[in-house]
Amino acid sequence: MSAAETIAVERPPPRARGWPRARIAGYALVGFWILFGLGIVAYLIFAWNGEFFARYAPAYLQGLRTTLSLVAVSMMLGALMSLPVTYGRMSKSRWLSGLAYCYVYFFRGTPLLVQVYLVYYGVGSFRVQLESVGLWWFFRDAFNCGVFAFALNTAAYQAEILRGAIESVPRGQWEGAASLGLHKLQTLRKIILPQAIIVALRPYGNELVLMIKASAIVAIITVYDLMGNAKLAYAKSFDFQAYVWVAIVYLVMVEILRHGVEWIERRITIHLKR
Amino acid sequence: MPAQSIWTLLSWGPEGWSDDIAYGALVTVALALATLPIGLTLGFFIAWAKQSEEPSLRLAANIYTTMFRGLPELVTLFLFFFGMPILLQYIIRLFKPEATIDVDSFIAGMIVLSLIFSSYASEVFLSAFRAIPKGQYEGGYAVGLSKWQTMRKVILPQLLRIAFPGLENCWLSLLKDTALVSVVNLAETLRNAGVAARVTKHSFLFYSVAALVFLVLAILSSIATGFILRSLGRREAR
Repeated sequence: MSAAETIAVERPPPRARGWPRARIAGYALVGFWILFGLGIVAYLIFAWNGEFFARYAPAYLQGLRTTLSLVAVSMMLGALMSLPVTYGRMSKSRWLSGLAYCYVYFFRGTPLLVQVYLVYYGVGSFRVQLESVGLWWFFRDAFNCGVFAFALNTAAYQAEILRGAIESVPRGQWEGAASLGLHKLQTLRKIILPQAIIVALRPYGNELVLMIKASAIVAIITVYDLMGNAKLAYAKSFDFQAYVWVAIVYLVMVEILRHGVEWIERRITIHLKR
Repeated sequence: MPAQSIWTLLSWGPEGWSDDIAYGALVTVALALATLPIGLTLGFFIAWAKQSEEPSLRLAANIYTTMFRGLPELVTLFLFFFGMPILLQYIIRLFKPEATIDVDSFIAGMIVLSLIFSSYASEVFLSAFRAIPKGQYEGGYAVGLSKWQTMRKVILPQLLRIAFPGLENCWLSLLKDTALVSVVNLAETLRNAGVAARVTKHSFLFYSVAALVFLVLAILSSIATGFILRSLGRREAR
């Protein structure tokens, strides 16, 4: 018994006491953030303007709705369009995979802002041709152009996510299913995708957050989303709190989403934890 | 103006716009290169704070990254571009009334992109920190190096090698984010292409050229990082 007692458990080193340099720096920085937060709150109280709030709060809500619908529609369209791209990326045909690679490289290699301009101003400049094909009504609206560009962009990213997730499933799974007599589509649907989706969930969540953040860009092409309304409010009132409020709304939205995705991931991977 | 052929529009000189767009591309590269050292240094120190044993340091670093990764880049840019002059003016007026402040869009872009880049780079550095075994620190201390010396001479070289692929991604998104600064009137690639598009009414052409410039920059940087990666690999101890 005494032997067992003498083999003492190795305990972690005791926390440093007193004021080591790291702690001083840490407290100073946290103090800075507290001051910063208090400064923002003080500014918002000091600059509180009932008239401003009454006038622009409904516009912000409307903008929030526009932002959310823009992101939702383009995420879903992008998910649909990512399927053929993923197929192309993974196909053995050199032409098909080369084409899909070029698509992905273009949309991931150029800024989203350039793509949005390319659709809104670039495609929009072919008015006569578009009218003759009967597509002008679509590209006339800035919102549609935003959705179009965003869907193309996110399709490229989502295709890469999907491909990575499918490739993360070991080959043995395909072979096992084939030996049981399942054909390719069945294997994909019943065996591969359920395993791949778990891997893909986090990147999909990140992509959603990135899209919400990127959607502020459409304000530049005159869509009145959240950011667009903030720009409008600032242009009309020259009151800087327009941007502070919009920053708070975006930050809260992104944080809720991020934690939501983390929560879902924890729930669906519960059987993988040991 | 008579109808001009595409080749005149794209020529170099007073008739064409190639020189303007090339100048814009230079500004784009300059902005990204100017941001890089600041962002890398900041990102490294934030990652260091995040893996520190001191909870208050971790908290401070986490607030920083939560904020700058959560805010849309455009919102951060506008907050700084419009907010900084107000704040600076307020401070300066305390000492010297009648002073006016104008923030240069290059500087504002540099600050904002550094903040965003550093918060993403810090995540990369953090996972690299975690990949380095504790024995490396202990070895450093055992041969009598101080904390800072260990960090600089033992950890940092390994850290950079591990973090490099992740940092390459950060660099590529930095390159793309520079396009946002065109919104606050910095005459970079997209801005100059936009001016050309508005003047000549050939929007599709000039925005395609802008996209091409960014693609070329991305390809060039992946060639460059390939070189760096190979030389890093050669130096690695076996």
